[in-house]
Amino acid sequence: MVFLAIFMMPFYYGSKARSVPEYLKLRFDEKTRGFNAISFAAMTIFSSGISLHALAKLLETLVHWNYWTCIAVSALIVLVYIFLGGLTSAIYNEVLQFFMIVMGFAPLVYLALQDAGGWTVLKEKLVPVATSQGYAAGTWSQSWAHLGNPIENPMGVGWFGMVMGLGFVLSFGYWCTDFLVVQRAMAADSMSAARRTPLIAAIPKMLFPALVILPGMVAIALHQESGGHLLPTTADGTPDFNMVIPTLLAKYLPTGLLGIGFTALMASFMSGMAGNVTAFNTVWTYDIYQSYFAPNKTDSHYLWMGRFATVFGIVVSIGAAFLASQFNNIMDMLQLVFGFVNAPLFATFLLGMFWRRATGHGAFLGLIGGTTAAAVFHGLALAKGCMPGIKGGWLKPIFSFQSEMGQNFWMAIVAWSACFGLTILVSLCTRRTKSDAELQGLVYSLTPKPQSKDEAWYKRPVLVGVLVMVAVIILNLLFL
Amino acid sequence: MNFDLRLPLGLIFSLYGIILIGTGLTSTPEMVRQTLGQNVNLTWGVVQLLFGLAMLLLSRPRK
Repeated sequence: MVFLAIFMMPFYYGSKARSVPEYLKLRFDEKTRGFNAISFAAMTIFSSGISLHALAKLLETLVHWNYWTCIAVSALIVLVYIFLGGLTSAIYNEVLQFFMIVMGFAPLVYLALQDAGGWTVLKEKLVPVATSQGYAAGTWSQSWAHLGNPIENPMGVGWFGMVMGLGFVLSFGYWCTDFLVVQRAMAADSMSAARRTPLIAAIPKMLFPALVILPGMVAIALHQESGGHLLPTTADGTPDFNMVIPTLLAKYLPTGLLGIGFTALMASFMSGMAGNVTAFNTVWTYDIYQSYFAPNKTDSHYLWMGRFATVFGIVVSIGAAFLASQFNNIMDMLQLVFGFVNAPLFATFLLGMFWRRATGHGAFLGLIGGTTAAAVFHGLALAKGCMPGIKGGWLKPIFSFQSEMGQNFWMAIVAWSACFGLTILVSLCTRRTKSDAELQGLVYSLTPKPQSKDEAWYKRPVLVGVLVMVAVIILNLLFL
Repeated sequence: MNFDLRLPLGLIFSLYGIILIGTGLTSTPEMVRQTLGQNVNLTWGVVQLLFGLAMLLLSRPRK
């Protein structure tokens, strides 16, 4: 996010593009934009499906309706509120849900940690959990010390896959090209405000692990201590990790706070879904429909199309929710989708913004190559204990991974490298179609550097960025 | 577009705070035992109410 604020936001904001695909059109050409718009539309549908699945699961535990009734009810609520409020209500809900999550989860974390006996006792309690599964004693409480080899830690990911796959390709890909994040920032009223947006967002983001990971650690410790009775189990007997937070909420929060906790969770899933559905309808209406199928129609025609896209997006999300229910951990699926779409896209952006020689053909073929590489890799790789099919291995399972997460991280690395290499190769073989003047404001070396000297120190993007980085490093050292 | 969230945030958290304080004042000893002997509803209700009121204060139109 710091990288986005300091290096990439000047081009997004400066280019006056309304969406990520539109930037690609200005920088490269029409076909790059078209391909990206399609893959983006697919990704928003998947993400919205995942939120829908989570929402339905939560309703299922809460009011004990049948899963499909919950899906239908949740989808209907989201549909109605997008129709009534559009993007405005999506943004309002997003901010409100953030405050509610913080306000609702803080007492939960406090109570759970106190019940476990504090941080030091919690660490001791996690030792038997780790050793009973054949891992070193500190695997559940130290984040970096056990990444030497994929079999040493429960996530099944080695340090290279972790740093390159998650840390570099997926995180940068997500934060720097994600439609939702970038679109919010593009709505800012000045360059400086646009660059501050991701930085301000980064500060609470640092504290989120405390709200999200700590309860998970407590749950695992108490689950072990109680002989495996705390968490609901899935069909094959493993704890259902998607249900950790709802279970803890029900255990610790009394009537009153409990309602707020659940409302916060529901609001957060709904805003996740609404955000993605509105993004889908924007991309579909502006970047696909208006550009390729029906240019020069009236505004009311496009408005009608946008509404149709909203309904369509929600219906397809229900299908995606069904896919999500096939994964035992929704994070695995989310990372899988990001590996397909965001990982190659990030390579394209990196080259597009910092290398003026990159051409439209190069970017287009690079993106296709990256996504194809991801698909082929997905077809050849399979995590231990999984059946070939949606989780991979549909071509021929050649590579074996310790976990689905490890497989996803490596897929992202492969997709990114393929796109990066191919874009450079093809760009060198093709002629440039855009002159330096056309690329001004779009490429780093051709853009005048933004000046922000006469503002207060806390408004200067670079300084705040450095402070955020330092804070992150300190937090990481504390939990080494 | 101008997204001023101070008013909605202030309203919603003040409301939550009042509800929580109400629940906290009327809660049974059994409910208090569930939360490790502390009346979390009451204390956290006060926190939310304060946050809500602070937001409402900020949302007053400036002269």
